[in-house]
Amino acid sequence: MRREIPMIVAFVAGVTIILEFFVPALRDVASQIQKWYLVVIAFAILVGAFNLLRINYMKIRYRRADWPYSFALIAGLFAMAIIGIGWGIKEGTVFDWLFNYLIFPMSSTVFALLAFFVASAAYRAFRARTVDATLLLVAAVVVMLGQVPIGSAWVPAWWPDSLVFLTPDWLKDRIMNIFNTAGQRAILIGASLGVVSTSLRILLGIERSYLGEE
Amino acid sequence: MKSVPLGVFIIMALAAPAFGQMLQAAEGVTARDTPLDAGSSITLTWQPSPDEAGRKVQVLAYEVWRATRAAGEYERLGEVESGKENYEFTDEEAENGVEYFYKVRARGERMSTDAAPAGPVKATAEWFHPDRLNMLVASVVLAAFVLYFISQARAGKELFIRRIAGLEAVQEAVGRATEMGKPVLYVPGIADIDDIQTIAAVTILGRVATMIAEYDAALLVPCSRSLVMSTAQEVVKEAYLEAGRPDAYRRENVRYLTDDQFGYVAGVDGIMLREKPAANFYLGTFYAESLILAETGHSVGAIQIAGTAMPSQLPFFIAACDYTLIGEELFAASAYLSREPRLLGSLVGQDLGKVIILISIIVGVVTAFLAQFGFELFGRSIALEQLFVVK
Repeated sequence: MRREIPMIVAFVAGVTIILEFFVPALRDVASQIQKWYLVVIAFAILVGAFNLLRINYMKIRYRRADWPYSFALIAGLFAMAIIGIGWGIKEGTVFDWLFNYLIFPMSSTVFALLAFFVASAAYRAFRARTVDATLLLVAAVVVMLGQVPIGSAWVPAWWPDSLVFLTPDWLKDRIMNIFNTAGQRAILIGASLGVVSTSLRILLGIERSYLGEE
Repeated sequence: MKSVPLGVFIIMALAAPAFGQMLQAAEGVTARDTPLDAGSSITLTWQPSPDEAGRKVQVLAYEVWRATRAAGEYERLGEVESGKENYEFTDEEAENGVEYFYKVRARGERMSTDAAPAGPVKATAEWFHPDRLNMLVASVVLAAFVLYFISQARAGKELFIRRIAGLEAVQEAVGRATEMGKPVLYVPGIADIDDIQTIAAVTILGRVATMIAEYDAALLVPCSRSLVMSTAQEVVKEAYLEAGRPDAYRRENVRYLTDDQFGYVAGVDGIMLREKPAANFYLGTFYAESLILAETGHSVGAIQIAGTAMPSQLPFFIAACDYTLIGEELFAASAYLSREPRLLGSLVGQDLGKVIILISIIVGVVTAFLAQFGFELFGRSIALEQLFVVK
């Protein structure tokens, strides 16, 4: 029964959600299932918080490597929880201040790293060692020139319409709207088929490894 | 005596402009069952009062009233502010099967005027969405292919599965980690377990964990969602059990970090820099964090295998990782790695579905091209593009 019940739940919930797409009358039932899922998520947050506390507490207790970071994590977790529960989380509260001036800037800092990583990844990917990489490099340069004002600034006013296909703007539009869009759609079509196939395997109980069963 | 009627006449004549400014009602009020819904909903539409366009008398708002009889007692449902060309109001609290009448009241500063009641109208639940018939047919056909090939595989028929380089490299990556005595890092994306990509990532985790247990390497699975962590713990535990190495399973290695996107990235990057994993797997749903993770992984010298169906993140993974599973390959991975005939059968069905879509696209392009030149069959354009419009 440990396997059968989750499989039955997965089957009933999955089939209902799929049918709801075609049968509007099932919308309320599907919406109810989604609400139950939200309730499960709400309780699961406690499981995650407990796991976080347990692992970091053990690190502090046995003075494992980098244990001060675990201490900072637990202190931060409790501080935010106590401040949030005690004084509320509305605008102007201490919680709000901590979020805006501590957590948000830290998140932004990590996000900002992306700019440097784009540069390093682009350097490796665009080294023109193969035909593929060269094509990638040329396409990227054209698209980048087409995206920025300076890319079209060199095109003089008298540039003939018959030669418009040589301007970065024109080329960028073609690369993005034709080649890039076609590629993305191909990926999405393939992925959609994969979703259908995976869903069927799960609903029919053929794929059970997500239940911890091979 | 004659002066009295004359006086009344004069007063009436003087007051005429004021009486003439009676507020006119909203026009064309219609009430109908909201189409393609689950019931309990009636939609009203109307055009503005002529006074609103003429600006003779200011219309502030239109109130909507409802009753179960045309001459019955009406209850106010709400109002819509004036200033639009067409008005719409949806009554979301109608009871299915009950007849209702609706009045729209144009409200000015000093007076209000009701339009004639619209109705009777009943709310009903629709049992089929006709605009989605094409999707239903496509889904049934694809499901039939998948089920047919699963039955063929069950019957023992040999099925050809094309080679997927990224999945062939899984064993190489795990072997490398074992030889180097370093852990394998598995990142199952940042979406929750209701995302099909996360489910695919967790199913692949089961196969990879079995391999890791057999090779006696260490596995680290940082999760950004509690439910994913709980599922991953069960999956990894069973994988170690199946490999005959339950003692090697470390529950704390499958851990929760945070739901926050960049907090999670910082946590995973920290694990990479401290533990220096020999192999990194990024499988599932990723957003802006994809390149930050992959570049950090590259900087610690790990062999990296990524897979996602997010088209916007694929270029980053392709640029920064050694192997990338593109879209459908992510969903095929679990079946591919298991080599179980029933699961492989579903992959063949999936591929056949792709062939049919490819043929449909070619036919659609050709017919749309011909239609542009006025090619017609039985008086109608033969472009098939309308068949593929999803509403």
